Amino acid sequence: MTDKPNIAAWTCPRPLQNYPTIVLGHGSGGKMMDDLIKHLFSPAFDNDLLAQLNDSTAIDLTDIFKAIPSNRLAFTTDSFVVSPLIFPGGNIGELAIFGTINDLAMSGAKPLFLSAGFILEEGLPMETLGLIVNSMAAACKLSGVKIATGDTKVVNRGHGDGLYINTTGIGIIPEGINISAKYAKPGDAIIINGSVGDHGMAIMSVRSGLEFETTITSDTAPLNSLVDLILDITNEIHCLRDATRGGLAAVLNELAAASIVGIEFDEKAVPILPEVNAACEMLGLDPFYIANEGKMVVVLPENKAEEVVSAMRKHPLGKNATIIGNVVENHPGLVTARTSIGGMRVVDLPAGELLPRIC
Amino acid sequence: MKYIEEYRDADLTNKLLKELGNVITRDWTLMEVCGGQTHSIIKSGLDQLLPKEINLVHGPGCPVCVTPLELIDKAIALASRKDVIFTSFGDMLRVPGSSRDLLSVKAAGGDVRILYSPLDSLKIAQENPDKTIVFFGIGFETTAPPNAMAVVQAKAQGINNFAMLVSHVIVPAAITALMESPDVMVDGFLAAGHVCAVMGYWEYEKLAEKYKIPIVITGFEPVDVVHGILKCIRQLENNEYKAENAYARSVVREGNPHAQAIINRVFELCDRTWRGIGVIPQSGYRLRQEYADFDAELRFPEIQSIDTKESQLCISGLVLQGRKKPHECSAFGKECTPQTPLGATMVSTEGACAAYYRYGRYSNK
Repeated sequence: MTDKPNIAAWTCPRPLQNYPTIVLGHGSGGKMMDDLIKHLFSPAFDNDLLAQLNDSTAIDLTDIFKAIPSNRLAFTTDSFVVSPLIFPGGNIGELAIFGTINDLAMSGAKPLFLSAGFILEEGLPMETLGLIVNSMAAACKLSGVKIATGDTKVVNRGHGDGLYINTTGIGIIPEGINISAKYAKPGDAIIINGSVGDHGMAIMSVRSGLEFETTITSDTAPLNSLVDLILDITNEIHCLRDATRGGLAAVLNELAAASIVGIEFDEKAVPILPEVNAACEMLGLDPFYIANEGKMVVVLPENKAEEVVSAMRKHPLGKNATIIGNVVENHPGLVTARTSIGGMRVVDLPAGELLPRIC
Repeated sequence: MKYIEEYRDADLTNKLLKELGNVITRDWTLMEVCGGQTHSIIKSGLDQLLPKEINLVHGPGCPVCVTPLELIDKAIALASRKDVIFTSFGDMLRVPGSSRDLLSVKAAGGDVRILYSPLDSLKIAQENPDKTIVFFGIGFETTAPPNAMAVVQAKAQGINNFAMLVSHVIVPAAITALMESPDVMVDGFLAAGHVCAVMGYWEYEKLAEKYKIPIVITGFEPVDVVHGILKCIRQLENNEYKAENAYARSVVREGNPHAQAIINRVFELCDRTWRGIGVIPQSGYRLRQEYADFDAELRFPEIQSIDTKESQLCISGLVLQGRKKPHECSAFGKECTPQTPLGATMVSTEGACAAYYRYGRYSNK
């Protein structure tokens, strides 16, 4: 801080950059918090809903339902605690927007409104917060959603990891769309929209200080436009799941369990970037278990699969879309993989935290 | 990926499998010593593709699995101390001690950190001068050189708030113990390629001669494993017994002299308890007298009295000796799963039980 604080000046707010870090006062509900909202959050997320500045936001749905016939909402919430806050290919803010948008999109919903709750740790550099909030705003713009309400709390230093974000999302599910983890049927094809393991290995390589010849970047991305594209081709999508924590393996296991079907996929068919594969080999991890933030599994009738894949490939987030396997009647609840040498193995749910192997 | 994908090639694997089928005339039991090989065999589904005459048993070569319960309890006692930062390779954290694991110590406020290199402990020690950093020095001859290097560096740099809880074990002693045991019926060994990359295989020549048993130095990818099996079966069918190298891209007879030198500088041979097997004479390493200051058991003498015994239900000892297959255990997949492991063989991804549970349930049904 260079200037001596001039208390009187806060009534005519000064640029926030004068605060180098978050202090407890920013969560006090007083003028400092007001400043934070007026100078950082409001300009970034600027929209008519947030501008209401009421305890809750009133949303008129008339035009929305006119545009998209629907009688169902999709409603989801997710909290984001990733460390480091900024990583190759993204940051916690972008993740918080795209993560919730993707959860809505996986029900076939059009994402519309988000809430954003911030828990800031005292001492968080204002610059970091600014960068994250601005990239959240850009993420909202990119995916066509509005932040309709928000909240900020500040916790004592040592009681948080810099910044946690919770986002809750509301979307509407157009008529005629029925997507659920329970609807996979024997004979269905399974599609993935691209390479697996990118996000998890990007985070892990930063956290562990591992250095590779190339940087692995997170695949953080909003999948709603890709879902729109798929649903424009056919409404007959049985399941959609974004392969976040637990990776592809967890998603396939969840689908197999929920639909009481078996799933078989071909290991060689699953796209994996060479650098991700190399990092996994080095740490003794299986890429099928590594988190993604811009990848989804699509389960649909086999006769629609080719058409959907070729359409997905024209979308930037589906360039490497491919069919990786099938839903089968055998071994309900179990996921198996055909290995590179032609054997079969069970791909189970991950037991807990992924632990790098000793040697 | 270079040097990996080529060794997961279906055509090459099938070619070797075909040759194996032509060579083999009767049933043979082979033991793959290393857990990494067990993992690879089950993960690639190789177990289903091998000729039915071959019975593979899974040896004691998983460092996580053979670390005795007593050492885990000592680690837990140290990690629970307010004045200690406990550092370890990742997969030791979930190994159950007699009442809890290191992950629950961490949850209860213990400072437990996963490292990829033991040398990172020294950096942590310099950053935390008021704490003692204890590294869990486990493993076979593969992890011994970097662990030894950490101790040498600590001494050279005067980093006195670093100590190591040592539980190192070595492969040849385990092979000897298995061969001396009357219950073990193994016709040939696939020795661990990475251990031999460090130690060479001249010691195995003596073992092969003494016990009249083929020992083939084998790598870890499916093609490597089939190649090792083929060489072993050829010897058996020809009534030969010798140490043979099927992993020449990484292993030479004399091993890596620099790595051996640093092991010998820091460690000396001692008797070690192997989980599920018991004490094997001269089967492990401890710190030499010159480095005794870095021995966590001497630094914290109160842990020396910890002397835990193992679960009655768990047959991991028999599994590690190749006398039982994981799914022959009454607790397998019931009381004992990767979520609720009774023994260490269910914990590590290299553990035979975990490998069977994770990848093999399909074929065992």
